[in-house]
Amino acid sequence: MAALEEEFTLTAVPLGSGPDGPLGVEPSDKTDQFLVTDSGRTVILYKVSDQKPLGSWSVKQGQIITCPAVCNFQTGEFIVVHDNKVLRIWNNEDVNLDKVFKATLSAEVYRIHSIQGTEPLVLFKEGAVRSLEALLEEPQQKIETVISDEEVIKWTKFFMVFRHPVLIFITEKHGNYFAYVQKFNSRILSKYTLVLGQEENSVIQSFSTSVDRKFISLMSLSSDGCVYETLIPIHPSDPEKNQRVVRSLLLKSAVSGNARSGVGLMVLDQDHLAVLGPPLPTSKECLSIWNIKFQTLQTSKELPQGTSGQLWYYGENLFMLHGKFLTVIPYKCEVSSLAGALGKLKHSQDPGTHAIPHFVNWEASQESGLGSQNSEQSKRIKESEKHIEVELRKFLAIKRTPDFHTIIGDTVIGLLERCKTEPSFYPRNSLMQLIQTHVLSYSLCPGLMEIALEKTDVQMLQLCLQQFPDIPESVTCACLKIFLGIGDDSLQETDINMESVSDYANTVQGEKMEEQAEILQNGFNLEEDNCENCAQQLSAKPQAAVEEAALCPVIPKRAALLNAILHSAYSETFLLPHLKGIPAQHITLFLQYLYFLYLKCSENVTMTLPGIHPPTLNQIMDWICLLLDANFTVVVMIPEAKRLLLSLYKFVKSQISICSELNKIEVGFRELQKLNQEKNNRELYSIEVLELF
Amino acid sequence: MLAAGEEGIVDSPGMGEFKVHRVRFFNYVPSGIRCVAYNDQSNRLAVSRTDGTVEIYNLSANYFQEKFFSGHESRATEALCWAKGQRLFSAGLNGEIIEYDLQALNIKYAMDAFGGPIWSMAASPSGSQLLVGCEDGSVKLFQVTPEKIQFERNFDRQKSRILSLSWHPSGTHVAAGSIDYISVFDVKSENWLMDSFGDETDFNLLGSAIHKMLVDRQYMGVSKRKCIIWGVAFLSDGTVISVDSAGKVQFWDSATGTLVKNHLIANADVQSIAVSDQEDSFVVGTAEGTVFHFQLVSVTSNSSEKQWVRTKPFQHHTHDVRAVAHSPTALISGGTDTHLVIRPLMEKVEVKNYDAALRKITFPHRRLVSCAKKRQLLLFQFAHHLELWRLGSTVATGKNGDTLPLSKDADHLLHLKAKVSKMPAFLRSALQILFSEDSTKLFVASNQGSLHVIRLLEGSFKHLHTFQPQSGERLLLTGHGREFSLTDVPFFPNETSVVGGTVESMCLLAVSPDGNWLAASGTSAGVHVYSVKHLKLHCTVPAYNFPVTALAIAPNTNNLVIAHSDQQVFEYSIPDKQYTEWSRTIQKQGFHHLWLQRDTPITHISFHPKRPMHILLHDAYMFCIIDKSLPLPNDKTLLYNPLPPTNESDVIRRRTAHAFKISKIYKPLLFMELLDERTLVAVERPLDDIIAQLPPPIKKKKFGT
Repeated sequence: MAALEEEFTLTAVPLGSGPDGPLGVEPSDKTDQFLVTDSGRTVILYKVSDQKPLGSWSVKQGQIITCPAVCNFQTGEFIVVHDNKVLRIWNNEDVNLDKVFKATLSAEVYRIHSIQGTEPLVLFKEGAVRSLEALLEEPQQKIETVISDEEVIKWTKFFMVFRHPVLIFITEKHGNYFAYVQKFNSRILSKYTLVLGQEENSVIQSFSTSVDRKFISLMSLSSDGCVYETLIPIHPSDPEKNQRVVRSLLLKSAVSGNARSGVGLMVLDQDHLAVLGPPLPTSKECLSIWNIKFQTLQTSKELPQGTSGQLWYYGENLFMLHGKFLTVIPYKCEVSSLAGALGKLKHSQDPGTHAIPHFVNWEASQESGLGSQNSEQSKRIKESEKHIEVELRKFLAIKRTPDFHTIIGDTVIGLLERCKTEPSFYPRNSLMQLIQTHVLSYSLCPGLMEIALEKTDVQMLQLCLQQFPDIPESVTCACLKIFLGIGDDSLQETDINMESVSDYANTVQGEKMEEQAEILQNGFNLEEDNCENCAQQLSAKPQAAVEEAALCPVIPKRAALLNAILHSAYSETFLLPHLKGIPAQHITLFLQYLYFLYLKCSENVTMTLPGIHPPTLNQIMDWICLLLDANFTVVVMIPEAKRLLLSLYKFVKSQISICSELNKIEVGFRELQKLNQEKNNRELYSIEVLELF
Repeated sequence: MLAAGEEGIVDSPGMGEFKVHRVRFFNYVPSGIRCVAYNDQSNRLAVSRTDGTVEIYNLSANYFQEKFFSGHESRATEALCWAKGQRLFSAGLNGEIIEYDLQALNIKYAMDAFGGPIWSMAASPSGSQLLVGCEDGSVKLFQVTPEKIQFERNFDRQKSRILSLSWHPSGTHVAAGSIDYISVFDVKSENWLMDSFGDETDFNLLGSAIHKMLVDRQYMGVSKRKCIIWGVAFLSDGTVISVDSAGKVQFWDSATGTLVKNHLIANADVQSIAVSDQEDSFVVGTAEGTVFHFQLVSVTSNSSEKQWVRTKPFQHHTHDVRAVAHSPTALISGGTDTHLVIRPLMEKVEVKNYDAALRKITFPHRRLVSCAKKRQLLLFQFAHHLELWRLGSTVATGKNGDTLPLSKDADHLLHLKAKVSKMPAFLRSALQILFSEDSTKLFVASNQGSLHVIRLLEGSFKHLHTFQPQSGERLLLTGHGREFSLTDVPFFPNETSVVGGTVESMCLLAVSPDGNWLAASGTSAGVHVYSVKHLKLHCTVPAYNFPVTALAIAPNTNNLVIAHSDQQVFEYSIPDKQYTEWSRTIQKQGFHHLWLQRDTPITHISFHPKRPMHILLHDAYMFCIIDKSLPLPNDKTLLYNPLPPTNESDVIRRRTAHAFKISKIYKPLLFMELLDERTLVAVERPLDDIIAQLPPPIKKKKFGT
C-alpha cells in the first residue's frame, strides 16, 4: 500500500528563487545527501535525514547558474554550469566556486546528466551529447546541431537499460512534440514524433518515464488534466526512419484540466504515479499517488501553499516546492496487496459539496465517445477483478492471523465501496470466496447483501443466508421476495447449492401448473365462504390431494433457495410486518411448498426430511404459522389457498390428537418404569463370584 | 462359613476368586442441599442440608469433606454464612442463630433471634456484623464478638418475611428481598432512626428504607399470585441483582430504585444467586435444575462499556438448585437432588489438569457401614437410626461373574432409633467410637481432642483412661520432593491444631487387632498412636499437607496404613516409629497418575487375614487390593485392566502384573470388607435408587410442546 509520510521542510530559509522554483535536486554519491540548485546563484548540499545543509557554494555576483549541479559518481566531484557555457567542477572541500576548475564550452549546455555506473553526460541545447571526459579533453571542440531551428528541448532523462546508458529528450516545435532516444552502445539516435491524438491542442505540461526490457514508457501530463502513456521502443526496427508513436489515455482527470501551473508528474514504480496539481478546479494543489493498474487513488496530500509543479523522486523521498520551501515527503510503496489494490476514496474536504469521484468514470467516457476504449475498459475491470481474485486466493492460503476476520471485513467493505462507485465492477468470485471464509457476518459488511439483492444474485444471497448469523428480518424478507419472484428460466442458469434439497423435490412441473389453473377456475365459481363445500371438494378429490402431496410445487433450485430462508434465524416480531409485503400468489406458492415439505416430513417416523441439511419440522411449522399470521386475510380470500388451509387445519388437528395420545402413553410408560424399578429392587442382595487377576 | 467345595479352588497367579456379598439394601438417601457458603480465606465450602447437617469441604484438599456436623429434625437451616474470617454461622426456621465450633466439631451456641423463623442471613463485608431476615418482616443486626454474637438493633419491619439479604461491599447499605418487593436500607441512618422512633417507624416518611423496588408479578404474561425474591446481590456500583419465583433475573439501580434490565431465564423459580468477588461474573440456579452463568463483558471488543450477558447454561442437576456459590475459579451448586456440583471455570483455571474437571459429590466422605466379620452382620448408620442386617449364604460355587443361588437370604435384624437417654458426659460429646477386636474395650473420641478408653464388662463398663491432646509443640512434616524430614516447629496459633484454647477433635480411630495400639487422627494434625497397654502416647506420625481419609492397623506387623485426600497412601511401622520400606519406595517412585486422579477419597482400609502383603482399600468407584510383593506400576503401565488375561503364558502375566489389583464392578461403593480370605462384602448404593426416592422434578412436557 502506498503511503505518504509526514512531510518536512528542507530549508530553514526560503530559496532565493523566483516563482519557477529550484533548478534541480540531484543525488550525490552519498546516500541521503542531495544537491539542491537554486535558480539563482547557489548550490546547497543537504543531508535529508538531518534536514540540514552540509555545504553551500555560490557563483559570483552577476553570474547565474543555468543548469542544476550534479555529482560525478565516479569521482565524487560536483559539476555545475553557469552562464550557459561555463563548466565548474569542485569537490566538498572547496569553499569558493570562483577558484575551482573551470572550462568554457563552445555551445550552450541544456543539462548535465549523471547517474550511478556511468560517466556524466552533457546535453547541449542544440541536441548534441558529449561525455564529460570527452568534453574536458577539448572544451572548445565544435558541437554539432541535432535538432532543427525553433525546436526546443522540453525535458530529458538519462537511464541505464541493461547496463547501457540511454538518453531520451523531448523537444517541442509549434505544438508538436518529438522524442529523441540516444543509445550510447550503438551511438544511434532515433527520433519519434509524438502523436497527440484527439487532444491535438493540448499542451504537455510534464513528462516522466519508466523503462522495461523493450519499451520506454513515456508518461505525459497534458493540459486537459489527463495522463497519457506513450511506448517508445528501445530497439527500434528502423532507427533511421522518423517514426510516429501514439499515446494512450492512462489516467483521466488526474488533475484539474484548468490548472496552468504547478502541475507535475513522476513515475514512482511500474504501478504508481505521483501527480502534483489541483485535483479539482477549485481545490488547492495536491500531491496524489495513483495506482495506474487499478486506476485508483492511493493517497494524497494537500499542499495549501502552492507548488511549482516540479517533482523529484530519489530513493524513498519525494521533493517538491511547497510555498517557498523545498519540502520532502517520504513515500513508501509496499508490494501490491489486495487491500492496496482496492484503493482509497479521497474524501472531499468539504462535506457539503458532493465529492466528484476521482476514479475514472468508465460510463462517462463511454458517453464521451471513446468507443475504441470501451472494450479495453471493461477488459481492464475484468482484469482488475481477476487480479483481486488471485491476490485473495494468495491471502487466504496463508495462515490465519488473530485479526483475520477484521481484515476480511475490511476487504469486503473495500470491494463494496468500489462496486458502488463503479457499477460495472462486481468481483463476484472474490466475494463468494470471502463469504466462504466463515468469518463474515451481516453486520461486518452490510452492503454486501444489498448489492447482491440489487444484482438479483440468488447464489450469493443463498450463500449469505447460509453463512451470516445476523441477517436483519427485512433483508431475509427481501431475499424471500426475490427467491419467489425470480423466473424459472433464470434460476436454471444459476449455480445453486442443492445440498438441502434431496430428490423429493423432483417434480413434474408442467402437470402441476395445469392442475392449479383448473382449481383457480373452479374456485371462483364455488361458494367460497362455505367451508363444508370445500371440505366436500377435498374429499371428492382424494386423487388430487395425493398428487399434490407427491409433487413439489417449485423447481429444485427454488426449493434450495427457500430452504436457505427456512434455515435463517429471525425474530417473529420483526419479520411479520415485512411478510405482509409479499404478493399473494407468492405467499400461496410458498405455503404450498411448506405444506409439501410438511407432508414429506410426516411420511417418516422421525419426522425429518431426507438430505444433508434439510429444513426441520419446527422451521417448517414456524414459517407456516408466520405466513398465515401475516397474510391470513389475504390468503383466506384466495380460493386456491383455501384447499391448502383446510388440509393444514386437518393435519394440525390430527397432530394435536397424536400429541395428547403420546402424553397419555408417557404416563403409562412411567408406571411401567416404576414396575421395572421394583423388579430391580428385588435384587437387593446377591452373592456373586469375582475373580481378581 | 465356607462351603466344603471352596477348598478345591486353585490359587491362581492373580488374587484368586472371591465370593462377593453384593449388598444393595442399604437404603441411604442423602438430604438435599439447602445452602452453600464459600470461604475465600481458607478455600473451604460449607454446605448445609435440609436435615440440618452441615459439612465442610476443603477445596484445596481435593474437595475432601473434612468436617461434619450432624443435623437434627428441629434444626432446618435456611441460611449459612462465614463471618469474622473463618467462623461459621447458620440460621433456620427454629428462629435460632447457631455458631459452629470448627475445632471441637460441635455447636458452640444457639441464640434465638426472636423474630420467628429465620429465612436469610448475611455477614457484613468486614465480617463483624450479621444480619438476619425473619418471618415477621424484621431485619436484625448482630455484632460478632470474639466469643459470641450480640443483638444490636432492628431495621424497620417490612410487611412480609425477608427471604434474602445482601450487603453493599462498602457495608453502608443492605438490600433485602421480600415478597413482591426489594428494600434497600441505609445501615448508618438506621441507627439513628431506631433510637428515636423505635420499632413502628414508617420508613417511607423517614427515608430509612431508601428504596422499595416493586417486582413485576407477571410470569410469562400471566399474573402469578406472588413474586418471591429468592435472592439478591448488591454490587459495589450500586446495582442490585434479584432473582425471583417468576423466573427472572433483574438488575436494579439502587440509587434511583429503577429496573435497569430484566432477563427471563426460566419457566420456574430462580432460587439462588452468587456473585464473584471481582463482580465480573455471577451464577444463578433455577428450579428446573439449570445453572446459568452471567458475565460482565465488553459490548464490543476494545470498548470500555460493559454489560451483563448470560453466557453459559449448565444442567448438572435434575431438581431445584437451592444454593449456588462462586469461588474464584469455579461455580458451585447444590440442591434437592443432593449432588454438590463444582464446575471449574475453564478461563480461570491456569493449569489444565485434572483439577479443572467437573466434580459431582454425592456420597459422604466417611464410612457409614460397619461389619462384624465372623457373624456376618452389617450395621448401617443413618441420620437418625441404625439398621442391623445379617448376610445370607449359598452352598453353590461358580466361575467369575456368576450369580450364585441363595440358600439363605439376608435378614433385617434390628432397626434402632436414636434416643437420648442417660449417658456419661464423655459419651455425649463422642464423635467416633470403636471397639477393640476382642470386644473388651471401647475407644471414644470426644470433642476437645480427648480419647477415652473404657473397659467393657458384663452389663457395665469402667472408664480406664483418658488420652489428653498434645498441645504446645507439634511435629510438622515438610516435604521436599519425595524426601521427608522431620522438623520441630514452634506452635503456630493460626494453624488448625489449637485455636482459642481448643484442640482439634479426633474423628478417625483405628485399633490394632491385638488391641495394643490405638491410632487417632483429626483432619489436619498428624496421626497419634497411643499404646493401650501402657496408656501413653507412643508416637505421632508427622502431619501431612492433606487430611487423612482412612486409617487401619495391619495384624501382626502393626503397620499403620494411612490414606490421604490427595490419594497418597502411607504405611507406617508403629513398633519402629518410621515409615516402612515399601512406603518409602512408593513415595520415591510416585503413584500412578490415574491413581492420583481419582476424585473420591479412600474411605476404608482392611487387610487379608492370611496374606500379610495384601492391603484392601476402596473409594466410591473402585476397590483395590495392593499386593506389596509385586512391582509398582509406573505411568506407562496399564493401571486398570478390566479384562482377564487371555492365553498369555505365566511369564508374561508375571511380568505385566503390578501391585494394584483394581476392580470397578461395584459402584457407587459405600463399603467393602473382607469377611474371610475368600469372601468379600460390597455395599453399593445405585444412584437410581436414590433418585427414585427424591420428589419428582418439575415435569417437562416431552410431546406437543
